[in-house]
Amino acid sequence: MKWLHRYTVLVSASTLVLILAGGMVTSTGSGLSVPDWPTTYGYNMFTFPYQSWVGGIFYEHGHRLIATTVGILTIGLAVWLWLCDPRRWMRWLGVVGLVAVTAQGVLGGLTVLYFLPAPISIGHAGLAQIFFCITVGLALFTSRGWLAPAAAPSDDRTLRRLAVATTLIVFAQILLGATMRHTGAGLAIPDFPLAFGRLLPPSWTPAIAIHFAHRLWAVVAVAAIFAAAGHVWHHHPARRDLTRPAWLLSLAALVQFTLGAFVVLTGREPTVNSAHVAVGSLVLATSLVLALRTYRVRFCDASFQHS
Amino acid sequence: MQIHRFRLVVSAVALASAVACGGGSEAPPASTPAAAPAASAVDPATAANITGRVVVKGHVPKAEAVSMSGDPTCVRGTAGTAPTEYFVVGPDGGLDNVFVYVKNGLGNRVFPAPATPVVLDQNGCRYVPHVAGVQVDQPLEVRNSDDTLHNVHAVAVINDEVNVGQPMKGMTNTFRFKGREVMIPFKCDVHGWMNAYVGVMDHPFFAVSAGGGAFALKTLPPGTYEIEAWHEKLGTHTLSVTVGEKETKEMTFTFIVPNEE
Repeated sequence: MKWLHRYTVLVSASTLVLILAGGMVTSTGSGLSVPDWPTTYGYNMFTFPYQSWVGGIFYEHGHRLIATTVGILTIGLAVWLWLCDPRRWMRWLGVVGLVAVTAQGVLGGLTVLYFLPAPISIGHAGLAQIFFCITVGLALFTSRGWLAPAAAPSDDRTLRRLAVATTLIVFAQILLGATMRHTGAGLAIPDFPLAFGRLLPPSWTPAIAIHFAHRLWAVVAVAAIFAAAGHVWHHHPARRDLTRPAWLLSLAALVQFTLGAFVVLTGREPTVNSAHVAVGSLVLATSLVLALRTYRVRFCDASFQHS
Repeated sequence: MQIHRFRLVVSAVALASAVACGGGSEAPPASTPAAAPAASAVDPATAANITGRVVVKGHVPKAEAVSMSGDPTCVRGTAGTAPTEYFVVGPDGGLDNVFVYVKNGLGNRVFPAPATPVVLDQNGCRYVPHVAGVQVDQPLEVRNSDDTLHNVHAVAVINDEVNVGQPMKGMTNTFRFKGREVMIPFKCDVHGWMNAYVGVMDHPFFAVSAGGGAFALKTLPPGTYEIEAWHEKLGTHTLSVTVGEKETKEMTFTFIVPNEE
């Protein structure tokens, strides 16, 4: 199980790299620099000459290669789980991950072939996060801390609700961000922290509304994160399995908020923009880990009988 | 660089230098309705011409040098940078790369598409020309003259959006557009600085200002027309003009760029 856990961590880390690479594709406007799919300028993607990885192709083709690598790793993970994990639900979760990564690849291809329509691109961004959450979940469920918790899991209903709500709020925030990115609303409000020099935008367009909603929801998300983390620090200071994700979540949220400001202040500089996407994924994954650990007690009975 | 920075309020002063209503036979009004398409041929014996200039006044931004370092081939064949082509301005304010065309006034005349293609070349990692016009169904030939790969991405709205790859030097793709559209942006997503605009007309009376903002619309049927000038950053400006038989009239479109706040 140790090597399976390490492998799931590898898949999770690769997925985060993939999300970062996807962020670079959008941030550099390279999404259509390779007009065909699944081929690359008529080549099988693995034989596309390295010398031709120029301009936007570097990002788009690189994203496709990383995605393919993650896809292959996920096939391996699903097979490994199916063969070696005694938990039936884990085996099926591996299959769900494989289906998700396959659908994600198809969505990526469709968005290229249909010239980046916002609904498909937003779906691609949202499913990326769901797949990342699945891999993080698999990594958690195969970890030693999950399989043999140091402390007896306790049932804190309030924390459970807070953590789940935080995860959902963060996911909604990521969807809002994806909508903003893929509808070209990233700089609809060009200043920060004010909006056109005011607390509220003086006029409203769909782009301004989406952008402002993303800012407003960021405040809600940060409040939810600190409410959950504060609950952990106050009620479970000795539970390292909870305090660690709480600290990490708080730190990631602050970094993410700062990056969001710099996205606007730098005029959507691609690396800043992409870091904002990747750290957003980390915030989601960390809040998910916290939420799942609050549910650990529910898995005590029959969920895992490790042989 | 960004269009929003300018917040363009384009005002224009137009000079139609010829005296209006100077006698001679009046052309049919622009909106003359007819049940069936009329003949397309323009009688050379009575055809009129419109010539003129496009000028720009105000705070005209200078061209910026965009780095082409993303592709070593582009750097090798050039100075390593590509100047932005938004404002190509002559010493006396003549503005090039403005698409000038008859917007209204031709009634239901039909003009067959020429078989000769209009060429849009990707050369030195730039689109040449930067602005072009083509008739509906006339072939538009897009070439790759560079020793690197490009994608040809026509971001059409009325016509179909197209995105094709040209991985090899010497490749060409021919496009035909079904409907009038002002303008279709062309991009290369590989090289983000490459862009061009193509206007699609259902008649041949269009031109792109060049050589200090000069343009000419030749061999027009006598009549009253709405002439529009389109610029990629300054928007459009429309003027009305009446030309009689064999008459040549001059027009001046003046775009004003307000000072930055």
